[in-house]
Amino acid sequence: MLSLDMAFWTMAVVTVVSAAAVVLLKDVFRAALCLVLTFMVVAGLFVLLSAEFLAVVQVLIYAGAISILIIFAIMLTRDVHQGNPSNRFRYPALVLAALLLAAIVLVVIKTDWNQLDSRVLPGAPTEAVGATETGVKNVFSNTTPVIARLLLRDFVLPFEVASVLLLAAILGALALVREGEG
Amino acid sequence: MSLESFLILSGIIFSIGMYGALSKKNVITVLMSIELMFNAVNIAAVALSRYVVPRGIAVNPAAAEAEVAGALASGTALGETVLSTLLTGQVFAIFIITVAAAEVALGLGIVIALYRNRETVDITQANLMKG
Repeated sequence: MLSLDMAFWTMAVVTVVSAAAVVLLKDVFRAALCLVLTFMVVAGLFVLLSAEFLAVVQVLIYAGAISILIIFAIMLTRDVHQGNPSNRFRYPALVLAALLLAAIVLVVIKTDWNQLDSRVLPGAPTEAVGATETGVKNVFSNTTPVIARLLLRDFVLPFEVASVLLLAAILGALALVREGEG
Repeated sequence: MSLESFLILSGIIFSIGMYGALSKKNVITVLMSIELMFNAVNIAAVALSRYVVPRGIAVNPAAAEAEVAGALASGTALGETVLSTLLTGQVFAIFIITVAAAEVALGLGIVIALYRNRETVDITQANLMKG
């Protein structure tokens, strides 16, 4: 348990520092590299939350595809002398972000979360609680088949809509970056 | 390592991303900040899915009610309907990642088109539609 805690706090610190570096670094290219680091550490956080399938998806899509796209775009549009300046909304944005963070922290601390560990089935006989805990443990020890069942049965309509969305995004990106007017 | 620490971490990353998205001139930095916000939401969704009882958001409330009632009455284990809804947050995260991939492809396409036409990636210069 202690090693898990240490892993969590290490990853939390690395995530926050590299996320801050993304918005604070002067060099956009280094900011993009910090973004890749953030994506990898978030994949580690997913492993801690026993979401191993999601961690692999995160590494493949975010750390693989999206960061390569971003780095390509930086290379193609690089403005070396310009750096990464702020616009005139810098201080209002800082205040707004701080207020949002304060609100989130307040809500998270004040809310009485209906947590799995403390109250699986209040009032149930103890053997039901034990069996349910075993079921929960089974689900989280191998999440991929459960995700597959959810995606292809309960969420099949959003799943199909997502493929149409990706097709539309491909066509839109091709139309946007095509040479010449058309 | 508890639900609260994950949610507060997610809130910190979301705030950093929002600050970057609102205050930067470079379009690509704004896009990267939006990606940070997506990641923060993913962490919150997966953490809630890991720690919180999803009875209220059961996909099939009738079957879930029956399973819970059966478990309460006879001491049997909860069935698949309730247990599989434990992972609803992870499915949401998968959809968010899909939408983020589409958004980044389109956004960077717009950035390239903007750079080709206006020779800049400064978002305050992109005021073609200003009245």
